[in-house]
Amino acid sequence: MYPSRFRYEAPRSIAEAIALLREGGDDAKVLAGGQSLVPLMKLRFASPELIVDINNLPGLDYHREDPDGTIRIGALCRHADLERSALLKARQPVMAAAAPLIADPIVRNRGTLVGSLCHADPQGDWASVVTALGGFVVARGPGGRRTIPIADFVTGPFQNALAPDEIAVEAIIPAPKGALAGGYLKLERRVGDFATVGVAVATESSGGKVTRAGIALTGVGGSTINATAAAEALVGQPLSAESIRQAADLAAEAARPRTDHRGSAEYKRHMVRTFVVRILSRGDGGEAAAGNGGEAGAGNGSEAGAGGGTQNSAGNGTADGGAERAA
Amino acid sequence: MTIVYEDRGDEDTSDVPVNRIRFTINGKKMVAEVEPRLLLAHLIRRGVGLTGTHIGCDTTNCGACTVLVDGRPVKSCTMLAVQVDGRAVETVEGLSGASELHPLQEGFKAEHGLQCGFCTPGMMMAAKALLAENPDPTEDEVRWGLSGNLCRCTGYQNIVKSVLWAADKLRAESS
Repeated sequence: MYPSRFRYEAPRSIAEAIALLREGGDDAKVLAGGQSLVPLMKLRFASPELIVDINNLPGLDYHREDPDGTIRIGALCRHADLERSALLKARQPVMAAAAPLIADPIVRNRGTLVGSLCHADPQGDWASVVTALGGFVVARGPGGRRTIPIADFVTGPFQNALAPDEIAVEAIIPAPKGALAGGYLKLERRVGDFATVGVAVATESSGGKVTRAGIALTGVGGSTINATAAAEALVGQPLSAESIRQAADLAAEAARPRTDHRGSAEYKRHMVRTFVVRILSRGDGGEAAAGNGGEAGAGNGSEAGAGGGTQNSAGNGTADGGAERAA
Repeated sequence: MTIVYEDRGDEDTSDVPVNRIRFTINGKKMVAEVEPRLLLAHLIRRGVGLTGTHIGCDTTNCGACTVLVDGRPVKSCTMLAVQVDGRAVETVEGLSGASELHPLQEGFKAEHGLQCGFCTPGMMMAAKALLAENPDPTEDEVRWGLSGNLCRCTGYQNIVKSVLWAADKLRAESS
């Protein structure tokens, strides 16, 4: 397979890239990691006439922490950089849990977090993580910069709030007020498959009480689901078995799963509940609940260990049996 | 170089864009004129003529087309050829010398790490990058590192053994 014909430009500055996008209008697309866009172009689901490759733009491959604790991820920071990040391991348990679960190790070498947010796939993991953390996307256009809350940035399945002449240059994760805990768990049939279910949970606590919470769901609706009622159920009190159960039930209620080849709607909803309980029961205070750390085989949270075992120990042996056995 | 596409009559052929790129492949300097939509896998196989890089699923799943770009493994069916302008590409042909096999190739031979062999070039290139980053991996780390490469024959057992064999040999050579 090969894409339909297009013109290719590889600008050396953001200003040049924006000018090219302006010229191309609706027929131009930004190419970053290309791990979603190139497959879409090969399948001719996308046929842009102009590709603006931003891989040669200098100074966008960073992820760093500001003195106040804000974390910034540049548009060319690859999933693999985040997976190997000592900063995230030490400071950002939810992102550290998600990074090793994105796609597969080779795709992680190219794909980017910011690109994943722009792609806005309902089964994309990062949009849920950034939603749970209350993050932002920074866009640069001819009129300057604007900072867009993630809830406003993802406007629907495969749709984002960027104007045709804007480039998403950075994602921002605000500094937590209090001790940050949480994680990301994902059920997938095998490494590299789309999420059957993914759940991101973040809590900030101080004085023994949860002061902020975010819960977001992957793969169980037409778009990333921000389970605000579930998160609110945690706030204003210490984490308890009761509040965790309540949040889990509300998150399961917020899910809009459909029965498909990855599992029944009922099963997916059940897994949302299970994952919320599992993440919240493992982390307390500032302790990190890493998605594939901690428990052996918990890498993608499979109940029966078929999917989870695949992730951590078998590599990729159980392609299609995983979901059925886990179910 | 010239790449021939089937004319399906659905695309304007009056003004075909062509980009000139320079890159190295297995250390050898190359210049190519490519249409931007040419995939890296096709540049390697049909342009350069190195057919050790296999195209399996063509959908970013199987990893048979894995090559190293600036040392990092990528799926060459999911990268545009124009994007390797100024970069270094390594394929399975670059592993061995004129007369001797690379320890990874020796390992796959010694441990029967292949049956049909279709996934093998991708496995070896992914393994090469893995061992460069982690010369003494555990079995789990090898499985994790190769989890973007699919094999339909072996059940992976012997592939993992082959990579561990190569890791031992490479460490012995460098000590």
